[in-house]
Amino acid sequence: MAASEFPLPDVGEGLTEAEIVAWKVQPGDSVTVNQVLVEIETAKSLVELPSPFAGTVQELLVDEGATVEVGTPIIRVASAGGSVELQATATDESDFVAPMDTREHPVAGAPGFLGEGGAAERALDSGERPEPTLVGYGTRAQVATRRRRPDAVRPDAVRPDAAAPAAPAARSSTIPVALASPVIAKPPIRKLAKDLDVDLAAITGTGLAGEITRDDVIRQAQQASVFRNLETPEWGDEREERIPVKGVRKAIAKAMVHSAFSAPHVSVFSDVNATRTMEFVQRLKASPTFAGVRVSPLLVMAKAIMWAVRRNPTVNSTWTDKEIVVHHYVNLGIAAATPRGLIVPNIKDAQELSLLQLAQALEQLTLTARDGKATPADMAGGTITITNLGSFGMDTGTPILNPGEVAIVALGAIKQKPWVIDGEVRPAYVTTVGASFDHRVVDGDVASRFTADLASVLEEPALLLD
Amino acid sequence: MPLSTALPPAETGTAEPVRLLSPEGQLVHSALSEEYLPVIEALPDERLEDFHRQMVLMRRWDIEAGNLQRQGQLALWIPSHGQEAAQVGSAFAAKPQDHVFPAYREHVVGKIRGLDPVRIMAILRGIDHGGWDPRETGNFHIYVLVIGAQSLHATGYAMGIGLDGASGTGDPDRDEAVLVYFGDGATSQGDVNEAMIFAASYQTPQVFFLQNNHWAISVPVERQSRTPLYLRAAGFGIPTTQIDGNDVLASYAVTQSALDAARSGAGPRFIEALTYRMGAHTSSDDPTKYRENEELAYWGARDPITRMEAFLRGRGASESYFRALAVEAEEFAADIRTRTLALQPPPRERLFRHAYTDAHPLVDEQRAWLERYEAGYGDAAAPDTGAAPAEDGAGA
Repeated sequence: MAASEFPLPDVGEGLTEAEIVAWKVQPGDSVTVNQVLVEIETAKSLVELPSPFAGTVQELLVDEGATVEVGTPIIRVASAGGSVELQATATDESDFVAPMDTREHPVAGAPGFLGEGGAAERALDSGERPEPTLVGYGTRAQVATRRRRPDAVRPDAVRPDAAAPAAPAARSSTIPVALASPVIAKPPIRKLAKDLDVDLAAITGTGLAGEITRDDVIRQAQQASVFRNLETPEWGDEREERIPVKGVRKAIAKAMVHSAFSAPHVSVFSDVNATRTMEFVQRLKASPTFAGVRVSPLLVMAKAIMWAVRRNPTVNSTWTDKEIVVHHYVNLGIAAATPRGLIVPNIKDAQELSLLQLAQALEQLTLTARDGKATPADMAGGTITITNLGSFGMDTGTPILNPGEVAIVALGAIKQKPWVIDGEVRPAYVTTVGASFDHRVVDGDVASRFTADLASVLEEPALLLD
Repeated sequence: MPLSTALPPAETGTAEPVRLLSPEGQLVHSALSEEYLPVIEALPDERLEDFHRQMVLMRRWDIEAGNLQRQGQLALWIPSHGQEAAQVGSAFAAKPQDHVFPAYREHVVGKIRGLDPVRIMAILRGIDHGGWDPRETGNFHIYVLVIGAQSLHATGYAMGIGLDGASGTGDPDRDEAVLVYFGDGATSQGDVNEAMIFAASYQTPQVFFLQNNHWAISVPVERQSRTPLYLRAAGFGIPTTQIDGNDVLASYAVTQSALDAARSGAGPRFIEALTYRMGAHTSSDDPTKYRENEELAYWGARDPITRMEAFLRGRGASESYFRALAVEAEEFAADIRTRTLALQPPPRERLFRHAYTDAHPLVDEQRAWLERYEAGYGDAAAPDTGAAPAEDGAGA
């Protein structure tokens, strides 16, 4: 008697797991092809699964209430025949499930990829969601929040024919576009601003024609959120809320526990005057070579790590209990906050990239992580990681190591603070470089030298010319 | 309220659509139907039974494929439950020399034209991109997933027929025409509108067949158009007719008349078939999230198969016909299941074979790269036997 197992299928294009809600059969029951076996709940809805086999139920492999991944066998059915799967069994019509008939069988899933005019709807639904902040993407740049004068150079003042307010042709091509309208922003950006409750009139656009870009809106929203956090939401009606631990959250927890309880952590900090880094970043932004590329202090820090790793090789290694594997390359991890949780994709062989290439790689990694498209390969094989707490306004932190690595660097916010220069207190852009290390591998002296090296590059980026 | 869109046309302010068969299965005698009834009355019983038979087989196929998707054997299924009459009637109206351009829900049209159903299953099993040679599938062209794009392909083809002088010769057995299917959602696409403009400008021999199933995934038709969709064609200067799309006889007779006109050189025609997607948009969709049970019940009472069965029984169709059909439907479904499960992934080589007609150095380079890459997995890699039946068109 042959037995066949039914692996949990993906019933909705890309679902990864489902909960077993109710079994409709029990061990010993005989089942026919297409007879309903079980009701499952996916991320989207309840679905009944019809049997692919005919035979006798041997065992239910998953309990009701359990959440299992797609591909997990959920039931074992014994049949007298050989390959039941290939045995087409014609049964009584009443036994056939009609899952497309939604009166009885709501089906699961996201909108299908077959658009039929739904494309616009999907774009509204998913494309313009508030974007996640990527830890590791850029200390917030100083933004002029000067309110644009709403009447600044109204077209009427310069139109040859002020009596034709609606004629677009009347708008002289010599008027800078940015001045001809109070706010210039593409519709998706306006939608984003609306979703994030951002007032476009309050933003100075940084686009080529003075238009407001996506980044402008996000930056404004983040600034506003500092104040919005002062609003205290009401507690839910229920006394407790239970959030199932699964997916990315589960993976994060596992990695953090593994790291925190297998590698003894030690953290060190160094305050640094990063004024020259800020100036360097400004110069890069203005240079034609870096036109259109995101440049931030994170880029300088990434490059600093490559330099400091060469001088302190053991911080870029892996502990295996038998040996310490020192890597002669850098797969630079960037901790990223995404809607699904923390992920750490890395830039492969970052040591081979020029400053420009590194900036482009950081940007690409940001976009990929933001879109939730980072692959397992993107996240595997990291050798050292940066977490950009500065993007949350934090001064520094004591990060937990990415498992398999022995060092993680925290880049804090770079803020103007009093700093003593030549015996005088002066304003300077100051930050705190923090780093955690696996103390099994990295002793205090190496940890300190490495951190001091990073600090010295932020103090004087010209050291990168070394 | 979406409900209003899917209620009878009278309530949406339009004239009555052409209906030859009432929901109760009676022939309708009206000013609109008189023109078409003689066509139906001239049909032999076998042909009327064939209308019914193809609808029943399609619905059974729908159920089997839906189950296969839920069993993890198809990545996706696209149900046509509810739209069988619009599709079957129009498909039978086309002549062998006509060219048919489907969207992606016209499974039964393909079947009637001679396409093996398993070719469609292979696409939805994710092992085939759906490339077939229309010369081998009764001029049934490939499925098009880009919404409305097939309308341009169809118009282009119809322009070609015109330029070849293959229509309007006065010989109805030789003249060719094009029949293109699309949905209400597609009418919001530029492609469909552009296709109508060119069709009108070049007076192409083609019929635009709109299946208005009332839902573009979750967007009701009322949100896409304030005017009945068939009236849009009039704006392009294309003669247009609205029909009861759940009436297989109306679908047949009106499409035949429109195709005859197109073949004869009278220019394009437009048909809006009012029907309803009883199921989900695809197996990934959950329509309970966006539409009401009353609407479903309204259309359920106007089922295309039920009314055709009542009509056949009223004409004295034998019980043995229905019994034999029930058996045939089960066998048909079982055959689809068996052959779908037997489908194998195509050989890697097939990726490259049809990129260019002749050998191409870039393709050679990519093929060599892929071989090296796959070889990098060593023994763990699944052997690429190259002997799969999907050699050139899965299960053909």
